[in-house]
Amino acid sequence: MSTSTIPEPSPARPQAAPPIIVFEKVSIAFDDKPVLREVSFELEKGETKAIFGVAGAGKSTILKLALGLIKPDSGDIRVLGEDVTAMAERDLFELRRKIGMVFQESALFDSLNVRDNVAFRLMEEGTVSPEDIEARVHEALSFVELENTIDLFPSELSGGMRRRVAIARAIITHPEVILYDSPTGGLDPVTSTTIIELIVKQRDVSGTSSLLVTHRLQDAFVMASHYFDVQTGHMWPLKDDPKRKIPMTFLILRDGKIIFDGNVQQLSECRDEYIREYIS
Amino acid sequence: MELTSPTDFAKDKIIALQEYSVLAGNAVTSLFGRPRYFADMIQQADLIGFGSLPIVVLTGFFTGAVLTLNSANSLERFGSLSLLGQLVSVGMVRELGPVLTGLMVAGRNSSGMASELGSMIVTEQIDAMRALGTDPMKKLVAPRVAATVFMLFFLSIISDLLGLVGGSAVASLLLGLDYRQYWSSAWQILKFADVFMGLLKPVVFGFIISTVGCYYGMSAKGGTQGVGRATTQAVVTASVLILLVDFFVTKFLMAIFGYS
Repeated sequence: MSTSTIPEPSPARPQAAPPIIVFEKVSIAFDDKPVLREVSFELEKGETKAIFGVAGAGKSTILKLALGLIKPDSGDIRVLGEDVTAMAERDLFELRRKIGMVFQESALFDSLNVRDNVAFRLMEEGTVSPEDIEARVHEALSFVELENTIDLFPSELSGGMRRRVAIARAIITHPEVILYDSPTGGLDPVTSTTIIELIVKQRDVSGTSSLLVTHRLQDAFVMASHYFDVQTGHMWPLKDDPKRKIPMTFLILRDGKIIFDGNVQQLSECRDEYIREYIS
Repeated sequence: MELTSPTDFAKDKIIALQEYSVLAGNAVTSLFGRPRYFADMIQQADLIGFGSLPIVVLTGFFTGAVLTLNSANSLERFGSLSLLGQLVSVGMVRELGPVLTGLMVAGRNSSGMASELGSMIVTEQIDAMRALGTDPMKKLVAPRVAATVFMLFFLSIISDLLGLVGGSAVASLLLGLDYRQYWSSAWQILKFADVFMGLLKPVVFGFIISTVGCYYGMSAKGGTQGVGRATTQAVVTASVLILLVDFFVTKFLMAIFGYS
């Protein structure tokens, strides 16, 4: 059995602003089977935290808990300063409007076309004019480079395109935090790189905080070692700009507990047997 | 096959009843708060109401026709064939119109709601809707409940009318009775209590059909197989509940209106 390896907070993290997401001793069980056991971590403003773990480790559960889609059995969750665990469903709808979520299988509304999927949140708010909605849909779709799909239905899109539309839907309201649930799961390497580049672009252009659940360690390493250059419109390795700091941390779950929470350097220096095996 | 203990079985059923009651209650309260989804209500009214019109027309017409055929035979034995219009009228308006329309709409729409919402649940579309700050109870459930209650009311009236038309067609074309006598007796026998009973039932049945369909859809689990199971359970439960509740509503209203 490996020991927990939770290093001191990464020096890359900005400390001034209050944390965006705080989990404090959060536990949850499904059908009497514990999934998370006293999980505690913080997501700082502007930080991207990649969450790893084997299937069933509770990675997606963390995102659903942060959104208030499910309630923990015990512990406290604060998102954007609000106590999610104590909030009624109707109050949560207000809070969720400030959070973007990209689901594992995109979860696009299959009866709506791309335009209506991306515009869904704006149309529901009812305060934005149709012209503004159209402009912002184009802006979001141009961010993911899918403007030509605006009239198509989700069933007419490839898996990668669906993920990109899901990202466009998540960012259209410029949320303060975005939760990505396996955004590259089941995609080929080229499409995965495109998705990762979009996530890096969102991180570096908008400074959005995010939680990223993924099975693919290489995606997180790419994110930790690359930055998005607005001038060229591409992602470049960090070694080209060594002064630049990437606010990216890694969190590894095992048997419902956090066994690692730190930055890429701390991860590479970690001597824990299980973690070494996991990242090898 | 895994056996379930009677205690666990009872607990599951009580929890299901509790969850259904919460959903039904929330569906009603959702109708009164903002935002209101009138466009969704109209879309559902179109799907449920106009979409069900052909089967309701056919069911009503042929139920009235066959009721006339069967009743004529019995009434003729007692020399009371002139009462045929009364019998068909009371039977259709009080009982057969609302119940058969309810069963038809349950078969068509309760299953449709369960499969549509169930598919949205298993593909995380409902979670996505909640994540986007929209209440699925207001956006999906409440419009379906309002539309079903509203449209079933009018579908039952159409069914009643078509039942009488079917009866009239058989009475005049096959039995050689005077259609004026048929319509006159059919009209005169109807009292306020009969019409009230016939118009209250579709409201109750509409609520049952929509809430049961939405409940099974929203609680679907286990992928596409789970959606299929939810669809079947929705139709069976809604149909049985319609027949069960029909008995108690009829008994209750008969007691109120002083039927012997």
